[in-house]
Amino acid sequence: MAKPELKTNQKTQVEDRSSLKGTLASVFLLGLFIIVSWVSVYYLFVDRF
Amino acid sequence: MINVTAAKIKVDPRDAKLSMAHFFVAFTALALGGLMGLLQTLVRSGKFELPFGIGYYQVLTVHGVLMGLVLTTFFIMGFQYAAVSRTAGTHSNAARRTGWIGFWLMTIGTLMSATMVLLNEATVLYTFYAPLQAHWIFYLGLTFVVIGSWIDGAAQIMTYAKWRKNNPGQPSPLLSFMAVINTVMWIVATLGVAATVLFQLLPWSLGLVETVDVLVSRTLFWYFGHPLVYFWLLPAYMCWYAIIPKIIGGKIFSDSLARLSFILFLLFSIPVGFHHQLTEPGIDPVWKFIQVILTFMVVIPSLMTAFSLFATFERYGRSKGATGLFGWLKVLPWNDARFIVPFIGMVSFIPAGAGGIINASNQMDQVVHNTIWVTGHFHLTAATSVVLTFFGISYWLVPHLTGRKLTKAMNKLGIIQAWVWFIGMAFMSGAMHFQGLLGGPRRSSFSTYGNSQQALEWIPYQIAQAVGGTILFLGIILVLIIFINLAFFAPKGEEEFPVGEAENLSEKAPMVFENWKLWLGITAALILFAYTVPFIDIIQNAPPGSKGFKTW
Amino acid sequence: MHMHKFEKIWLTFGIGCLVVFLTVVGVSAFYLGNKPASCLTTIDPEKVTQTKPFDKPGLHKVEGKEWDYELVFVASAFSYQPAQVEVPLGAKVKVIATTTDVVHGLEVAGTNINMMLEPGYINEYTTTFDKAGEYLIVCNEYCGTGHHLMFSKIEVVEK
Repeated sequence: MAKPELKTNQKTQVEDRSSLKGTLASVFLLGLFIIVSWVSVYYLFVDRF
Repeated sequence: MINVTAAKIKVDPRDAKLSMAHFFVAFTALALGGLMGLLQTLVRSGKFELPFGIGYYQVLTVHGVLMGLVLTTFFIMGFQYAAVSRTAGTHSNAARRTGWIGFWLMTIGTLMSATMVLLNEATVLYTFYAPLQAHWIFYLGLTFVVIGSWIDGAAQIMTYAKWRKNNPGQPSPLLSFMAVINTVMWIVATLGVAATVLFQLLPWSLGLVETVDVLVSRTLFWYFGHPLVYFWLLPAYMCWYAIIPKIIGGKIFSDSLARLSFILFLLFSIPVGFHHQLTEPGIDPVWKFIQVILTFMVVIPSLMTAFSLFATFERYGRSKGATGLFGWLKVLPWNDARFIVPFIGMVSFIPAGAGGIINASNQMDQVVHNTIWVTGHFHLTAATSVVLTFFGISYWLVPHLTGRKLTKAMNKLGIIQAWVWFIGMAFMSGAMHFQGLLGGPRRSSFSTYGNSQQALEWIPYQIAQAVGGTILFLGIILVLIIFINLAFFAPKGEEEFPVGEAENLSEKAPMVFENWKLWLGITAALILFAYTVPFIDIIQNAPPGSKGFKTW
Repeated sequence: MHMHKFEKIWLTFGIGCLVVFLTVVGVSAFYLGNKPASCLTTIDPEKVTQTKPFDKPGLHKVEGKEWDYELVFVASAFSYQPAQVEVPLGAKVKVIATTTDVVHGLEVAGTNINMMLEPGYINEYTTTFDKAGEYLIVCNEYCGTGHHLMFSKIEVVEK
């Protein structure tokens, strides 16, 4: 009974080791920065004659 | 394979000598060009004037030529020559001789052009737009620099070809592959500038022809001008992809994806020059927009790069037991100049890249075109991301080549240098971006434009640029101290030339990546697609040509 | 060649953003008519001041066109003709300009009027001057020693 449990524990640990969730969060922050900058200058373009 | 790599840990001293020759020219250019940059920011603050009747625009020409053309080209050629020697094996005598011929041609060309600039015969800025007409020796010097760089690059290609011949069916070493991609892109791109200089500007400045077609010349220049900035960037990407992982003790996230991104750069860096000409007459707006679309394609490999780099850092951090969403950031080697100096460069590429997308967004260019925003933009891309990475590379490469060690003191000074640079650039580039959005023009000496209210509002930003420029000049002094120390005075020893290994060694890079006929074919097809129709248009509908002007 | 699931998500998102940016500027340019200045008309650069409309620089009322006024500029090192001009608030104006010598810029600071002037080419941009105030025109392409002294002024006034 205890044996399979131990196995699952090990597996989640290995998964955490190779996880790239921080990378995904980082690139999305980067994407957000690009969008905010672009939209700001687009707003200037629309606002000006 | 692995044994062969292990045997080639050190760059051969004969190759090291040629690389170092490049670096001496590059760092001399940095010293002089940096001083010119300082003078410019001081003059434009309105608080200082140049002595001895020296002109602002002459200083600006020297700064642009030395930093944009000399420092970059010489550093890149020296670095790539060493990287190929390290990863594909020592250059043959023939390749080395070729490299030296290229180096001397570039150096002679630089001296010729520099002399004309110093004599005030070529105050045309580093873009030398016709019909401003410089002395013919200036153009001939530039021709020598370009042809010299081709010969210099040929040395890398020869050694790469030799490796391929000796290792049939094997993907070439990553760094060599990347160096050759960049060299090939450079050769294809410089065909444009060579064409305008050889067939238009030289005969015209010699008086053999009376007039020049301005728009043809500008179009050929910008065919070269955009891949030029990628020629600066790709060596930094080489360091980020293939060297930084080894420095931090991690692995390259994916060898194949790194190669793919470099191939995308080769394909999409060139057919995009119109995005520098978006507000120009004489070019059909539809073709401008087509090249805008192609410009956006070249964003994709940078998006891939961002992911790969974060992934390399996160994988390494988690292997050291880091947890949580961002815990891996803490375990990175923050005290290693070889890592943190390029890392600051990487971070700077986030605002730099965002600005680049804005510049290329067709009519949005009208908000920023030829304002000092653009200067702020390329001082983030070239003068921070690229140059800080070059500094970071030289901190291990110079001692590696000279048989010395990066000492603890120099390592610390290197880290201080990078932060000084970062702070100086935050002031200077930041102020440039904001002043540009208010309409402040680039490439202009101090002026209140008849006490215009708008121009008076720009002055505080110009003072901030002078503060930033002064801090940056301190940064240049620091980097020169480190370079001279590592080249001549650091203790003898062995400094590693770090070369990363892929995370998944069993995954061989697809051989199609080495199929040059295919990639050069697609490159040519894209260029022909983007340029043939508008170029024929420009020539067929050309106005009467322009005589030369010397307005300085 | 293997690509991580997260990288696929990121690239889909990133490329999606680029497509949205392109669509926004593309529709704005080709459907709403906000193309950047791209006039295809040529002119003999040595006969600019004898050629219409550059023989009479300044603001001219026009009839029967999509715009109310034409504002004609002649740039040469290191000045613009006219050196100062008044434009009525709310007027739809076509700015038409060229150069008699080297490449110049014509940028009305704080607006979208920003174009290159190249010898042999006329450039133009049509817009509605809907904000009152004094606007500085600067040359934003290096043209020689006096580059930073090259400017003009537009006053947008209520009439």
